[in-house]
Parts: sequence; structure tokens; C-alpha cells
Amino acid sequence: MRKLIFGLFIAILPAFALAAGGAGVPMDHIETDHTNKESLQRGVALFSNYCQGCHSTEYARYKRVAEDLEIPLDLYTDNLIFTGAKIGELMKNSMSKDMAAGWFGAPPPDLTLEARLRGESWVYSYLRGFYKDESRPLGVNNVVFPNVGMPHVLVGLQGLCAVEPHIGVAPSVEPLSGNINNADACPEYALEGSMTPAEFDQAMYDLTNFLSYMADPVKVERERLGIFVLIFVAIFFVFAYLLNREYWKDVH
Amino acid sequence: MQKLIQWVDERLPIVDAWNNHLAKYYAPKNFNVWYFFGSLAMLVLVNQLVTGIWLTMSYNPSAEGAFSSVEYIMRDVEWGWLLRYLHSTGASAFFIVVYLHMFRGLMYGSYQKPRELIWIFGMLIYLVLMAEAFMGYLLPWGQMSYWGAQVIVNLFGAIPVIGDDLSLWIRGDYLISGITLNRFFALHVVALPIVLLGLVVLHILALHEVGSNNPDGIDIKKNKDENGIPKDGIPFHPYYSVHDLVGVAVFFFIFFVVVFFFPEMGGLFLEKPNFEPANALKTPAHIAPVWYFTPFYAMLRAVTVDLFGLPAKFWGVVVMGGAIAILFVLPWLDRSPVRSIRYKGWLSRIALIIFAISFVILGYLGLVPATAGRTALAQVLTVLYFLYFILMPFYTRMEKTKPVPERVTG
Repeated sequence: MRKLIFGLFIAILPAFALAAGGAGVPMDHIETDHTNKESLQRGVALFSNYCQGCHSTEYARYKRVAEDLEIPLDLYTDNLIFTGAKIGELMKNSMSKDMAAGWFGAPPPDLTLEARLRGESWVYSYLRGFYKDESRPLGVNNVVFPNVGMPHVLVGLQGLCAVEPHIGVAPSVEPLSGNINNADACPEYALEGSMTPAEFDQAMYDLTNFLSYMADPVKVERERLGIFVLIFVAIFFVFAYLLNREYWKDVH
Repeated sequence: MQKLIQWVDERLPIVDAWNNHLAKYYAPKNFNVWYFFGSLAMLVLVNQLVTGIWLTMSYNPSAEGAFSSVEYIMRDVEWGWLLRYLHSTGASAFFIVVYLHMFRGLMYGSYQKPRELIWIFGMLIYLVLMAEAFMGYLLPWGQMSYWGAQVIVNLFGAIPVIGDDLSLWIRGDYLISGITLNRFFALHVVALPIVLLGLVVLHILALHEVGSNNPDGIDIKKNKDENGIPKDGIPFHPYYSVHDLVGVAVFFFIFFVVVFFFPEMGGLFLEKPNFEPANALKTPAHIAPVWYFTPFYAMLRAVTVDLFGLPAKFWGVVVMGGAIAILFVLPWLDRSPVRSIRYKGWLSRIALIIFAISFVILGYLGLVPATAGRTALAQVLTVLYFLYFILMPFYTRMEKTKPVPERVTG
């Protein structure tokens, strides 16, 4: 019985972690742009290489992504599909959920709708929020999602921040010395990465932009179409108004 | 064509029906902007039915498949995203137009004799609409769908003695599950729409029997010309059919701005936690119903005292139910000799303003997490909500009303 209660408690634990990650966490705000195809292409390359080994985007299809991002299908199949899946298939990854749960404590969540669930700024901040923390099983922690079960997959690119990065603090110029404070969210690195801080921030923007597209792939088309619909309704209004005025002329 | 109409008319009175309800249905000529919302409610109903039918073609009503079938509609079905956003935005739009339609009734005394039955049919429509919206909200099988349904169904558990068995009976399981989803789907797409359509027919038949009220609250049938046509009346068709067309254009403009540019409406129309599949082991940090239920949800939470050995939760359910039930008896609470707010006294005007403001603030309070201060405010507003009705027999009789003109104005 005690075992059962303990098991239930463990099962509920992620909910507490989520609650902590929900409100009041520091965030750097960004605006995504689904018309920036170069950014989205860099984003999908990062996503395929670094994220998709563990995270599925199982509601989306490779082909749709390739077409929307203007990537030739053969290029996409050769370079961005590692599982041998056909281009028309759903983007399910090869890692089994049961095994993943054994390795990480919980299966890595599906990321199709992550940007809509948590918000784009959250994703962007989270990706840049890892830091060294020896008390954690994987040696890293995250300021946006404390005690997260995910390893710092991008450590080779970013390096490893030695202290908690200053997410949510805007860069500022010190008036006397002219030094720029907090130009990089991480003040001190324990490990160097292959990218400069600015390059890494841009890469994370691209990745977030891609996840934002992934969550709402029809956004550009929807807004383009919306303009025409509104113009049509506006013209319809003019005719309806004139017709109404014509009929009501003889009501006194 | 004429011959065909004649042939049918000899077998089914279509000409009579056309005349009675459109071409020779005389409506007061002084309708203002508040009178658009009845026809707009019909428009939204049609939108919900049509988009709903097409959504049903691709939706999978099972716990395993529901969430992914919604994403399938959003991504793989041709125009599926548009159908879904029309349906989800339409649900909120339905409540907006219905609330405005009901407020119009309160302002101009449209529930007063001889229109009590119209009001009661309207209230039944509102009740069925709430059930329809609640059950429809479970279907996407997201986290908020799941936990929202869990909270609402658990409310029935507050009823003494039979409560637990009742909520078990509604769910068909010990917690919200695929069984619940299946029965809610059946009710949402078949049973309730049939009831809703029947009630709409009754609502309109009853209206056309006694005739429409107007902003002056004057009975236009008292002033008829030599042909027996009300002097202040005009045929619904073509005058109000072309008039409503203008309202439709304005409504569609606003509606499509939301559908195409803000389908989530900042988390009000589509709540963010619903982008995550339902998970029975993971309770969201903050469970809030969709905005159109929040005034009543705030009243439910406002009740915090146990009474007569029954828990506060039970009394919260009683208050919430009472808030809706009291609307049914409204026609018998209003003792004013006049209908319209234009000729009622200042007591009625202040009461209506306080009532409307209370309802809106309660709606906001139901959206946000409760704090001690907010709960206290919700308690005050809940009392004000009920006072509008409970004191109505007194203030409508006490106050001095203005003389009502013989003929409609402006």
C-alpha cells in the first residue's frame, strides 16, 4: 500500500514541476516570423539533428514540412529523415516511449504543439536556460524549467553555462565604462561551445521559429486568406447597406 | 414556377407559411441595433450545424484517437483548419449574441405578458446551449477538456445522498474516460441539436403568434389601419430581411477577424492547456471553464460556508443553479405597468446597470484564480445578481413610470 502511494506521488511529481515552470518564470520575449523561410529551414535542420532523436512531432508529416519550408523532397529525405521513414509519413521518432521513460523518468513530450501550449517566448528562453548543476542526475538544470529531466543536448553548440543564466534580463549599457552588461545571458562558461553567444541565440531563435511554425503550420496561409475574406465582407456590407437604404426609403 | 408553387400549396400550405412568418408578418418599424442578435443567433446556429457535420466526418470519438484526429483535421483535411476554427469561434460567438439578445429582452421588457412563453423557450434554448457547449468542449480531448469536464461532472457529486451515484451515472465510469467521451459525442452531435432546433422553432412560433416587442414596449396591434395592418408595422420581408443583411455583414467582419487572425483569442476561445492531450494523472495548475460559463463558476466558488450540515460545495451548486433558474420566473417578477426601460423609473435603470456590471465582473473573476479579496468581491456581486431579481417585484411597483406614447418613436 505504501508502495502504491509512493508510486502515485511520483506519478504526480511532474505536475508539480510543471506548475513551477508555468507562471512567474523569467522569459526573453521574441516575435516569430513564419514567412522567414531561411530561418525555418535552419530551424528544421537543428530540430532534425538535435531534437528528433527523442522528441516526436507525430501530428505533422515530413512532406508538409518540406513543402511549406520550400525544401526539395529528395534533399529532405536524404538529409533530414534518419529513420528510413517515407516522406509522406507522420514524424514519429524511433525512440520507444517505454524505453525513454526508463531512461529519463518520463517520455520526452511530443513537440508538435509545444509552442502553442507554452508560448514561443517560453520555448526560446527554455532552450537558452540550461546551466551546470552537479546536484542533478544529468549534471544540468534549467532556470525556466527547474529540475527538468532533459539533458543539455546543445552543449556542443552553446557550451555549458557555469552559473544560472540571466534569462529575462535585457542587456544594458553601463553609462561610465560603456561596457554592455548581460549581452549574453550566460556570464560565465564551464565548457566552451562551437558557437558564439550571438550565433547560439540566433540558432535558438530559428529553432523556436520552426517549433512555432510546427504548432500552427497554416498561419501564413490563414492570414493571407483572411485579408481577402475581410475585403469581400466589406464589399458585401456596402451592397447590403445600399439595398437596405433603398427599401427603407418608403418607411416613415 | 407559379404552377409548381400552386401544386405544392394545395398539398402543403407553403404560401400561408411564407406570409405568416415573412411577407405578412408585421414587425414594429422602430427596431434598433439590439434587434439584430436574434437573427444572428440563427446564423451562428446554422454555422455550427454545417461546420459540425463536416467536422464529424473526420473526427474520431475515442480516448485514443480524439486528440490526434483533431490535429489531423487541422493539418491533413482540406480546409479542416477553417472548419474547426469556424466551429470553435462560432461557439463563443453563439454565447456573445445570445447574451446580447437576452440583455435586449431585459431592457425592453420583452418577457412581459403576453410573451412569457417566448422567454421560457428562450431560456430553455440557453440551457440546452450550455449543455451543448459543455459536451462539445470535451471532444478535442485536451487537458482542459478533460479536467473541465471532471470538475463540472463532480459538481453533481455535491448533491446529498444520490450525488456520487449521479455523477458516476453521467460519466459512465469512475473518472472521465473514453466512455464519457463517446456518450458526450452522441449527445453533442445528435440528441441536443435536435432538442435545440425544436426549441428554436417553438421560440419563433410563439413569437409570431403574439408579435414582436419593440424598444418602446408598445403593442403595435392596438393601432391598426382599415385593412387590419398595424400602423407602426412593416412586413418582415423585405424590410427586416434586407436590414438583417447589414447586421450579418458587420457580424461576419468581426467574426472573420477572429477566425483568421486570432482563433485562440488570447486563450479565451481556445485555452492553451488544450494543446496537450488529456492526461488523467496530471492536473493542470489552474482549471478555468471557457469564458461563457465563468460568471456562474465565480458564483459557485463564492459560496464558502457550510450550512445546515451540508458542505459549501453543495450550496455553491444550489446558488449556481438558482442563478439560472431565477431567470425562468422573470416574467412574473416584473410588476411594472410599462415594458421598456425607456419608460420605467430610475430604480429599474440602476438595477439593470448594476446587474449587467455584476455579471461581467463575475465573468472575469471566474477566469482568474481565486484569492481572498476576489472571493469577497464575488460574494458581493453574487448577492447583487440575485437582488436584481428578488427586489424586482418591489422596485418595479414602487417607482414612478413615464407615460408611454400611443405610437412608436424613432
